[in-house]
Amino acid sequence: MTLIPHTETDAAYVIRNAAAQGTRLALCGGNSRSGFGNPVEGTEAMSSRGLSGIVDYEPAEMVLTAKAGTPVAEIEAALGANRQMMAFEPMDHRGIMGTSGEPTIGGVFAANVSGPRRFVAGAARDSLLGIRFVNGQGQVIRAGGRVMKNVTGLDLVKLLAGSHGTLGFLTEVTFRVLPVPQSIETIVISGLDDATATRAMASALALPVEVSGAAHLPQTVKGRFAGGALPEGAATALRLEGLAASVSVRAEKLAAVMTAFGPVSRFDMDESLALWREIRDVHPYADGTQKPLWRVSVAPSLGHQLVAALRLEAGVDAFYDWQGGLIWMRMEADPEAELLRRYIKALGGGHATLVRASEQVRAVTTAFEPQSDAVAALSARVKQKLDPAGIFSPGKMAGAL
Amino acid sequence: MSEAIEFLPPRPAVLSRRSAIIADLADLLPAECVIHEARELVPFETDAFISYRRLPLAVVLPKTTAQAAAVMKYCHRYGIPVVPRGAGTSLSGGAIPQEDAIVLGLSKMSRILEVDYANRTATVQAGVTNLSISEAVGVDGFFYAPDPSSQLACTIGGNIGMNSGGAHCLKYGVTTNNLLGVKMVLVDGTVVDFGGKHLDSAGYDLLGLVCGSEGQLGIVTEATVRLIAKPEGARPVLFGFETSEEAGACVTDIIASGIIPVAIEFMDKPAIEICEAFAHAGYPLDVGALLIVEVEGSEAEMDATLAGIVEIARRHGVKTVRESQSATEAALIWKGRKSAFGATGRIADYICMDGTVPLGKLSYVLKKTSEITDSFGLRVANVFHAGDGNMHPLILFNANDPEDAARAEAAGNEILKLCVDAGGCLTGEHGVGIEKRDLMRHQYSDADLAQQMAVRSAFDEGWILNPSKVFPLDGRPAA
Ligand SMILES: Cc1cc2nc3c(=O)[nH]c(=O)nc-3n(C[C@H](O)[C@H](O)[C@H](O)COP(=O)(O)OP(=O)(O)OC[C@H]3O[C@@H](n4cnc5c(N)ncnc54)[C@H](O)[C@@H]3O)c2cc1C
Ligand SMILES: Cc1cc2nc3c(=O)[nH]c(=O)nc-3n(C[C@H](O)[C@H](O)[C@H](O)COP(=O)(O)OP(=O)(O)OC[C@H]3O[C@@H](n4cnc5c(N)ncnc54)[C@H](O)[C@@H]3O)c2cc1C
Repeated sequence: MTLIPHTETDAAYVIRNAAAQGTRLALCGGNSRSGFGNPVEGTEAMSSRGLSGIVDYEPAEMVLTAKAGTPVAEIEAALGANRQMMAFEPMDHRGIMGTSGEPTIGGVFAANVSGPRRFVAGAARDSLLGIRFVNGQGQVIRAGGRVMKNVTGLDLVKLLAGSHGTLGFLTEVTFRVLPVPQSIETIVISGLDDATATRAMASALALPVEVSGAAHLPQTVKGRFAGGALPEGAATALRLEGLAASVSVRAEKLAAVMTAFGPVSRFDMDESLALWREIRDVHPYADGTQKPLWRVSVAPSLGHQLVAALRLEAGVDAFYDWQGGLIWMRMEADPEAELLRRYIKALGGGHATLVRASEQVRAVTTAFEPQSDAVAALSARVKQKLDPAGIFSPGKMAGAL
Repeated sequence: MSEAIEFLPPRPAVLSRRSAIIADLADLLPAECVIHEARELVPFETDAFISYRRLPLAVVLPKTTAQAAAVMKYCHRYGIPVVPRGAGTSLSGGAIPQEDAIVLGLSKMSRILEVDYANRTATVQAGVTNLSISEAVGVDGFFYAPDPSSQLACTIGGNIGMNSGGAHCLKYGVTTNNLLGVKMVLVDGTVVDFGGKHLDSAGYDLLGLVCGSEGQLGIVTEATVRLIAKPEGARPVLFGFETSEEAGACVTDIIASGIIPVAIEFMDKPAIEICEAFAHAGYPLDVGALLIVEVEGSEAEMDATLAGIVEIARRHGVKTVRESQSATEAALIWKGRKSAFGATGRIADYICMDGTVPLGKLSYVLKKTSEITDSFGLRVANVFHAGDGNMHPLILFNANDPEDAARAEAAGNEILKLCVDAGGCLTGEHGVGIEKRDLMRHQYSDADLAQQMAVRSAFDEGWILNPSKVFPLDGRPAA
């Protein structure tokens, strides 16, 4: 049974009782979850689904406030009608997870989801301006506000973003939105190996052409993008967005430089929209399997070294969402968590999150990157301050969290 | 000088051990890193919020993270307050010490450690100045985006402390959006890393929490920041209007149209006159308000963006539109804007407010602000980051007249409450410090504040880090 409060006051009441009785709650939104994070025993589900609707949307101010349980689709429709968007490109994970629920806006921020525009436009946490949430003692807390610049007190907004339902129950979120770009074009360079592609992307991003997305799609996955329409060989894709007049000028410039690396082809607005959505949603690994899927972040220039090192010892397939700062890795059989994390450390640090795996694998694999002892202890103290009774999915995010 | 804002009473147990503490610090650090002579402590007694001063017990200037850690471990053990300090340009009193505190200054840690163009990052020590990062990478076509007007002096550690912004943050975001990682000394001397060259965190976003925490969670000793490729070109354009209301409404409409320039800065008549007299930037003097709008990109892009903006400005009855014709002219336009505070300081004492309001409320808040200062018989000059609603009314007064000073402080408080009531906040980029500490309850409920303070306690149970700041002195958790 899932608890579905319909007001914030009810939510606070339920949580206060749960805290008093020591009942563990698994917080969720549309409950499209199909297992993310470490499994937690003996929890009751509590969903924000009953708290739904856009509270305030001022397109002129580019700020939207919605109750946490509002379907993402409803938000996107409202924004689309005003030619605005969430700049951080929240992914739709239903493809890779094989689930079918209705993702909520609270879930997006609770998971700090972001896509290929991460390096330029930030993650969900960078767009989030204010929140209301219920803490583990059943108190309603407000943090942040509805203005872009705000250093009034500690930034609990960022703390709650990405806390995966382990610090508080979000009831309302206020976030910044941006205008939809007038024009989009994608430059694809074909036939580069991973190392050369890395160099090509670094040099593209050093040019004053404002690349807003950069991805390398090796031969093994390339065919799964754009309905198989990408040219022969691995594809290295660079996205340009903005005013039409400017995009075409920048595209010329970028293409001219990139031909030094390999054959260049250009893709128009509609093709670009589809391609980048597939990159965002990790389309090649929406494969109906339970093969272990990792979301890895390391210094972008080292990503291909990590993959090359793993290849020598494990069955791994990967592609690179560079501007998202991500490598998506699908393991053939074993999740190879230890090996992967050892190499990440050796390369100077980063993190790997197990996004998908079978029940058996999840039961024995730590989903979130383990932290150093000092950071883990500090994080546990932080959790204790928000959730003193430890009722919000303890252990879900590794260790005591 | 008025002394309306209280500090925590000094801890007697610390004061009575003064000489022992100084001797111990001298054991921990090289001789040139410990300052304790009263005369030498004077430069550290205040920051840019000069109405308040306190001599610290001593100042330490570590050269390494390990030295900073040794100091923290010692101070933690004996419950000695520590006030982190960068360049001391805080406008909210964030870096002002107290009699029982050690000032931990980062000025001897000012090296750029690594520039990594492949990953577009720079890793620097916390005492490095904001501008020196952009200077170091400029020749290679990169820059560090947040550009506070104080960028020549202020440090990246202070920028992190205050989550500082600047004129160009409308497009590129403030410090928190450009910070990828920090090395930080925790209160007990433990050294931790949050973030790095990768993006986002595996666990809680402690990096996000540290940014803007005003030296209350730990000592930042190193930072990794995001570098951005410099645009092909940039062009500031001056738009003069008859009234502040027209200019304010024009800002709202520019943003609403979906055009996001790199910067939209606002000056009212008093600010224009002050800045022009100082910088000779060529600002029109026959207007009631001025917008500096900067666009960037290729020539084609700048032309297209500008055309859109000019059309909107015309709808709001713009009187003059003047594009900068050369790099020198552009630099002069920015020099005028960035010297606004300094230029104001030459004609009067001033306090600078920093409230942020929703864009739709700009004109209303501007009008109310002058009503408030009028009612106190004070003059005000407005110069601020209009594109993100971050207001900076400069309230002019005479610091030698205690009553005038008290009136200025009272007027400032009214203006900040106005910002909060209009749906905004007390501070957009200067921080709470001591200045806005006692107004925090106007913005937050007791439960909101208690939650923030509880999280603060998770980092510093004994509240020794910058203890007189940010949170009202009453109602704090028992240590
Ligand atoms: C790589 C990647 C993989 C992902 N995989 C999964 C996955 O396997 N399962 C999954 O559930 N999400 C996953 N997400 C997040 C997901 O894409 C978005 O959160 C999505 O919007 C889910 O919305 P939902 O309403 O279905 O949230 P849910 O799926 O119900 O919850 C998503 C997360 O947010 C938390 N949460 C939701 N609502 C609240 C709230 N009101 N207050 C506090 N916490 C809340 C949940 O505890 C959970 O951790 C993933 C994100 C990424 C980037
Ligand atoms: C003329 C003038 C113009 C200004 N213009 C702007 C502007 O445009 N935008 C803007 O945002 N601000 C502006 N400021 C305010 C100020 O410059 C910024 O707040 C700046 O970031 C402070 O940096 P600092 O090195 O001087 O830090 P300090 O003033 O020394 O300290 C600021 C705060 O950070 C803490 N701190 C400092 N270093 C560390 C560290 N290493 N670790 C932990 N905590 C630390 C301190 O304890 C204090 O709370 C201006 C100030 C002046 C005087």
